[in-house]
Amino acid sequence: MAVIKDLKTKTLSVNMGPQHPATHGVLRLVLELDGETVVKCKPYVGYLHRGTEKLGENKTYPMALPLTDRLDYVSSMSNNIGYCVAVEKLLGIEVPERAKYIRTIMGELTRIANHIVWIATHALDIGAMTVFLYSMRDREWILELYEMACGARLTVTYPRIGGVRADVDQEFLDHCYKFTEEFPKLIEQYETLIDQNRIWLQRTKGIGVLTAEEAVNWGLTGPTLRGSGVPYDIRKFAPYDAYDQVEFEVPIGKVGDVYDRYRCRMEEFRQSNSIIRQCLEKLPGGYVLASDAPGYDLAAGPRKKPAPPAPKVEPAPEAAAQPAAPPTPPQPAGPEFEEVYVATEVPKGELGFYFISDGTGKPYRMRIRSPSYIHASVLPRMCEGSLVADVIANIGTIDIVLGECDR
Amino acid sequence: MEPMEIAELIKGKFPSEVKDVVEFRGQVSVLIKKDRLLEIMKYLHKTPELYFDYLADLTGADYMGKKEVRFEVVYNLLSIKYNKAIRIKAEVPEDDCTIDSVIGIWIGADWHERECYDMFGITFKGHPDLRRILMPEDWEGYPLRKDYPLKSDLGEKEWKPYLEVIEIGKKNLAYEVR
Repeated sequence: MAVIKDLKTKTLSVNMGPQHPATHGVLRLVLELDGETVVKCKPYVGYLHRGTEKLGENKTYPMALPLTDRLDYVSSMSNNIGYCVAVEKLLGIEVPERAKYIRTIMGELTRIANHIVWIATHALDIGAMTVFLYSMRDREWILELYEMACGARLTVTYPRIGGVRADVDQEFLDHCYKFTEEFPKLIEQYETLIDQNRIWLQRTKGIGVLTAEEAVNWGLTGPTLRGSGVPYDIRKFAPYDAYDQVEFEVPIGKVGDVYDRYRCRMEEFRQSNSIIRQCLEKLPGGYVLASDAPGYDLAAGPRKKPAPPAPKVEPAPEAAAQPAAPPTPPQPAGPEFEEVYVATEVPKGELGFYFISDGTGKPYRMRIRSPSYIHASVLPRMCEGSLVADVIANIGTIDIVLGECDR
Repeated sequence: MEPMEIAELIKGKFPSEVKDVVEFRGQVSVLIKKDRLLEIMKYLHKTPELYFDYLADLTGADYMGKKEVRFEVVYNLLSIKYNKAIRIKAEVPEDDCTIDSVIGIWIGADWHERECYDMFGITFKGHPDLRRILMPEDWEGYPLRKDYPLKSDLGEKEWKPYLEVIEIGKKNLAYEVR
């Protein structure tokens, strides 16, 4: 048999997505392959673009709140909270203490729910099927807690600008407390399944390595950044809600590979659990909606702190003869051409809202800085030079949801 | 170093470039001319006592008819080392809708700049792959400009099922599509 010398090979273009179960939505990658190695990776996004920013600019601040649910539909509560925190900063609204604690509980429950979905799909992609079934079982618990608080399970719109929609009852608190007692055992179950699994270790260790400087330069946030060893967490850097009144640690990785990011998220499970526990123990009484909260008066009755009664002024006898004072012009809703950029730590990373107000009650410009968008942009850097099978691991590890990516 | 001091530092270093410094709710915005943008950004990124290593956000804004210069490109910067934030805004006039790309400083600006081009039509000079990203490649117009309609202005040429939905809505619910 003749030995083939100087065998000519050429690269092959493979289209992955947009309809592909491992791309977590409608992400499309065009991969150029040389055998099993990825030479070039080109992501295409925008299949789920709904113009949320343009829509938000044509609605009042409370009206645009339900749009934020539809960004990251896996952790909708966090998006609501991020939006509300930003608008409160713009309008200068002070949130009651109880509402702050409830929001913190909800934010951390959402973090757990999001990471549960993440570990489920990520492990499923890499080939560990069992974790999927276990984690979906446990996520149900959190969705039931949502349902108890507000009646909805996925797109909740529970937080409001200036507080939350309704107070939580004792049943919710009892169930939530029971959850925090049970959950550490459930984390151990997931870890038993995959932590020492040889296939899992081979598929994750040393894959998709990003150094700390590189990760910051790319603009990564959340566990994706912290896996590379940068302790950047907005809950610590610029605390909002009740995060300055609870104690927690920010887990960071060392190497910056898929495995380290996995460890970070598993550790965040425990930290979130501890935050919820502390909030439940410290939960103060009082109102759950600020008296100057804008918009619909859904929370009537004791939920809303009444405005202080106007001091009664005895009319002076000579004042009665004078003509009535002209009616005061309506107060502008928000300042004129002032702007804020407020970021919150959602499960996936930094969700930033940038508002320019023009005083009409509608934002002049509403910008959503979503973590998934930036995380998807780093895919070529992570995938080029690696094997095709690792593309799946890389998509899983950056934890993207395309609803948020495309907005 | 407080954000206002950083703004003063930029003003001292580039006195002819800084047009305005505004503080609102503890956040400082510095309005600059676009010509020496890269120099200013490199200064902010490289100076050891500032070290703005993280570009949190890059976006555009359209002030059609509200301000003299129509567009602004907004950079929200953060120094993770010192936990200090500052906002730089560069003016981009309508007749010269271009600005230097900062991709050489923060590579994460890549998709932000593509989106800004997609939504506002601002061209970033030096960007290696400036294409539309969220809208289809053959889309016409720039959706986030203020003169771009929220609702389609096709009228009778609109997609039929959509017109039917509007008709049913008007009949049943006295619902007006805004």
